[in-house]
Amino acid sequence: MDLLSPIKDHYSERRIFIARVVLTSVFGVLLLGLVIARLVQLQVFDYEHFAERSLGNRVRIEAVPPIRGLVFDRQGRVLAENLPAYQLELIPEQVLDVDATLQRLATLELIEASDIPRLRELSESGPRFKPVALNPRLDDEQIARFAIQRPRFPGVDFRPRLVRHYPHGEYIAHAVGYVGALSTSDLERLDPSRYAGTTQTGKTGIENSYESRLHGDSGFRHIVTNARGRRVPAESRDLQETLPADEKPAPGYNLYLSIDLDLQALATEQLAGRRGAVVAMDPWSGEVLALISAPSFNPNLFAVGMSQSQFSSLQQDMDRPLFNRAVRGTYPPGSTIKPMLALAALETGATNLERRTVCYGFFILPNTTHRYRDWKPEGHGEVDIHDAIEQSCDVYFYEISNDIGIDRMHDYLARFGLGSDTGIDVVGERPGLVPSTEWKRKSFRNPSDQRWFQGETVIASIGQGFMLTTPLQLATATAALATRGVRYEPRIVAAWEDPLSGERTLTSPVRLDDVELDDDSNWDTVLGAMNSVMQGPRGTARAVGSGAPYRMAGKSGTAQVFSVGQDEEYEEEEIEERLKDHALFIAFAPVENPQIAVAVIVENGSSGSGVAAPIAKAIMDKYLGYDDAAD
Amino acid sequence: MRLTETQRLVSGKAAPLGDFTRLLRRLHIDGPLLGGLLLICAFGLVVLYSAVGEDMRLWLNQVVRLGVALVAMLVAAQFSPDFLRRWTPWAYLGGLVLLALVLVTGEVGQGARRWLDLGIRFQPSEIMKLAVPMMAAWYLHDRQMPPRLSHIMIIALIIIAPTVLIARQPDLGTALLIAASGVIVIILAGLSIRLMLALAALSVPGAYMLWNFMQDYQKQRVLTLLNPDSDPLGAGYNIIQSKIAIGSGGLFGKGWTNGSQAQLEFLPERDTDFIFAVMGEELGLLGVLTLLTLYMFVVARGLFIAIQAHSTYARLLAGSISLTFFVYVFVNTAMVTGLVPVVGIPLPLVSFGGTSMVTLMAGFGILMSIHSHRKLLPQ
Repeated sequence: MDLLSPIKDHYSERRIFIARVVLTSVFGVLLLGLVIARLVQLQVFDYEHFAERSLGNRVRIEAVPPIRGLVFDRQGRVLAENLPAYQLELIPEQVLDVDATLQRLATLELIEASDIPRLRELSESGPRFKPVALNPRLDDEQIARFAIQRPRFPGVDFRPRLVRHYPHGEYIAHAVGYVGALSTSDLERLDPSRYAGTTQTGKTGIENSYESRLHGDSGFRHIVTNARGRRVPAESRDLQETLPADEKPAPGYNLYLSIDLDLQALATEQLAGRRGAVVAMDPWSGEVLALISAPSFNPNLFAVGMSQSQFSSLQQDMDRPLFNRAVRGTYPPGSTIKPMLALAALETGATNLERRTVCYGFFILPNTTHRYRDWKPEGHGEVDIHDAIEQSCDVYFYEISNDIGIDRMHDYLARFGLGSDTGIDVVGERPGLVPSTEWKRKSFRNPSDQRWFQGETVIASIGQGFMLTTPLQLATATAALATRGVRYEPRIVAAWEDPLSGERTLTSPVRLDDVELDDDSNWDTVLGAMNSVMQGPRGTARAVGSGAPYRMAGKSGTAQVFSVGQDEEYEEEEIEERLKDHALFIAFAPVENPQIAVAVIVENGSSGSGVAAPIAKAIMDKYLGYDDAAD
Repeated sequence: MRLTETQRLVSGKAAPLGDFTRLLRRLHIDGPLLGGLLLICAFGLVVLYSAVGEDMRLWLNQVVRLGVALVAMLVAAQFSPDFLRRWTPWAYLGGLVLLALVLVTGEVGQGARRWLDLGIRFQPSEIMKLAVPMMAAWYLHDRQMPPRLSHIMIIALIIIAPTVLIARQPDLGTALLIAASGVIVIILAGLSIRLMLALAALSVPGAYMLWNFMQDYQKQRVLTLLNPDSDPLGAGYNIIQSKIAIGSGGLFGKGWTNGSQAQLEFLPERDTDFIFAVMGEELGLLGVLTLLTLYMFVVARGLFIAIQAHSTYARLLAGSISLTFFVYVFVNTAMVTGLVPVVGIPLPLVSFGGTSMVTLMAGFGILMSIHSHRKLLPQ
C-alpha cells in the first residue's frame, strides 16, 4: 500500500503539523484565558456578592417563641402556667410504611382512626425530615403504652412542648380566659415580628386583654441548614463561625390578679348545677375579688386543642358555658336598684322620711285601670322609705316613680355606672341599658313608639321594662353604695412582674366621679335600710343575714323572664324551669367599714332572697374570715 | 544527549534514578506525562474526598478505578503505533457495530440507552472516543498533506456515523466530544484556513438545524445558560449554585471540606460534573489555577510528543488525544462557571466515575507508546 501512495513530503507535512499545533494552542490558550477571566470575575470581583449569597443560602433565621407570662391569684396561687405536654410525632423519612404505622398507632389508641387520612396527607406533603404532629397531647397512660411499644415504631417518638395549663380551669375560666391557636385574623392584628415563633394567643378574659404583656417578644437564632432545609448540628462543622448574633426571646410579664381563687371556687360550687354569675369587688379599690359565670368550662381544652365534636358540644350546649354572663349577660336588675332610686327620690324631694304609703298589694295610676301588682299580693300595709327598701315594697316605689321621673331615675342610676361600660380590664363587656325619654325617642322609628308612658316609669322603678344590667355593673353600683359614693373602675389585674428583673408594677386604682349627694344623711337612710334587708326584723333576706357575727347590707331582686321565643323547642318541663324569674342579690359588708361588695344572679332562681342571697352571704363570710365560724 | 550502557557505568551516573528511568523506558512509560497525570489524580482525589462528603467507601472506590485506569494506560503503552494503526479499521468497525447494538438492545439508565452487556457492562461510545481519531488518522496516514476536499468528506463520514449513533442514545456530550476529536485530526492535518472559516460561517444555519434536532431538555439547557435566573429553582439552579460556590470561594477558598455550598448539598452533582465548583469553593482561585496549570502541562507534553512523532498516523493521533483532553477540561470548566450550556461532561481524572477515566488513561497510554516506540534515527 505504501508503494502505491503518492510520495509524501515528510518535512513539509511536519511543518504544517507544527503550524497547526501552534494555531490550535493559541486558540486553546484563548479559551483557557476565557475560563480564567471568568474565574477571576467570579472569585475576585464578584466575591462579596457570592459570599453573601452563599451565606444567605445556608443560614436561616428561626424564631424562638417567648415563654408566656404566668398568672397568679391575689394570694400567689398559680392560675395559668406553661407545662410540658408530650406530643406524638412521626418523621416521614424514618418510617418505611407510614400507612401501616398509623394503623397500628390507631389500634393502640394513640391516635384517632378518623384522623389517619389527614395525618397521612400531612406526612406526604412536607419535607421528609420534618416531624408531623400526630397527637398534640399524650396522657400518662398513652405515654406508658407507647413507651413499651416504641421499638416497634421507628421514626415515631414523643417530644415535650410547652402548653398553657390552667390548674383550676373551671374556677377561673371566665376571669382568666384561655389561649388558643393563632388564627389568620389574629395574625393580621398582631405584630408579626413579636409573634414569629408563637402558635397561640389569648382569646378571652385577661389572656386576651393582657395579651401584649403576657406574650413577651420572640427571639431568633441563626441556624445553618443544608439545601433541603435540614438543620446542620452546631458541633458538626465550623461553618457556623461567621453567623450573626442571636437574639434571646423576652419572656412575657407575670400577672398578679386581685381575684381570690378561694372565692372563685366557693362561688363556682355555690352555683353548681345552675346558670348564673357572681361578681365580688373591693369597694375601696375596684379590685375584682371574684368573677364567675356558671356553668363554666375547661379552658385547657382550648389550650391543648380539642376535637371538633368537643368544641361543637361546648358551643351547642343549651346552658351556654362559653358565655361570660358576669360581664356580657344583661338582666333586668329588678328590685336591686331600689336603694339607688330611694337616694334619687330623697335627693329630688320626690319623697322624704315622713312620707308613708299604705300598700294594698297593687297600684293604679290616676285615671287608669291597670293594676301594677306588688310581689306580695296581700300588701305590706303602711310603709315609709326604710320599710319600702327593707321589705322591698313595690307599691311605694310605684307611687313615687312619677314624682322622680324617668329622666331623673336615669340620671341617678347612670351616676352609679349603670347603662354604660364599667371599664373592667376584660374585653367584651356589655353596657346594659337604663332607659330615658331621650333614649326612647332615639331608639324607635315609629313616632307612636317614641313617646314615654307613665306606666313605663312605674315598672322602671322596680327594675323591669327596658332596663338591663350586667352582674358586673350591679357589683360596681353596690360598691359605690358601700363607699357612700366613692367609685373605682373594676380591675382584675393588680400587678405585673418583669420575670427577668423581678420588678413589680402595681396597677393604680382608677377613681371615677363620685356619686355626690346634697344631703349625706340620705346615705344613712338607704344603707340602714339595706342593713335591715338582711338583719332587720322584717328584711326580705333576714333568714340569710340574721345571727351573722358582722353587719351586712343587701338588696334582693327578682327579674321577670319575658322573652321565650327562642326557647320554643324546649320540653314542657324545661319551659317551666326557664320561665321562672331570675334571682338577684346585691350586698356589701361590713356596713361600718365595707370591704367587699357582691352581686349575684341566678337565672330562673325564682327568689333573690332565697337563692341568690345565701350565695352572696357565703362569699362575704369567706372573704371576711367568718366561714369557719358559720359552721 | 544519550549515553551508552558502558558510558553510563563509567560516568557513575548509574544512580537509582537512572534505574528508574530505564524501568520507565522499558515499560514504554513517559515520565513527565505520568508525573503530570499522577499529580492531577492526586489533586483530584483530595478534592473528591471532600466532594463525596468524606465517604471513605466511595473514595476508595475511586482509588481502585484510578488503579484500573493506570493499568489500562500501561497496557495501551505496550502496543506500538504501527500495531495500533493496523488494527484501527477493525476497532472502528467493531465500535460502530456495538453502537448499533446499543441502540437496539442496550440497557437503559437515566433515560438514555448507553450500556451494553457483553459479559461485562460497558459503553461502546467509550471505544469510539479513541477509535474515531484513530480512524481519521489512519485514513490520512498514506495521503498527502494537507488533505484534499474529497478526503475531508470521507473523514467527515467517519466522524458523523458514530456521532449520530451516540447522539441518538441520546448522549449529546459524548457525541460532541467524539466529533471534536475527529475534527481536531482534520485541523491538525492541515485543513485550509479558508475552508475552516467557511465551515464556521456555515455553523450559523447548522446551529439552527441542530436546535431543531435537540431534545427539549437540551434546548432548556441552552436557554438556561442565557438566563439562569429565569428559573432559579429549576433548570437554572445548577448554574446559579455553582457560580455561588465558585464565587464565594474567593482567592483562597473556604478551606478543604468546609465549602458550605458543597457540604450542605446546595451544589448539585458535586462529586461528578460540578466537582470543579467544589474545588473553586474550598480551595479558591489559587486551587483552581493550580489544577488548570497541571492540565496545561499534560496537554503541552502531549503536543510535544505529537510534534516529535515519526509517522503521520502517530502525529495526528497524539495531537488529537492531547487536544481532546483540553476540550474536556475547557467544556467542563466553562460549563461549571456558566460560560457554556450544561453538558454532561465530567472533569477529566477528577470527577467521580470510572468508565471515561479508563478510556482517558488508555489514550495517554497510546501517547506514551507513540513517544517510546520512535525509531531512534538521527534527526
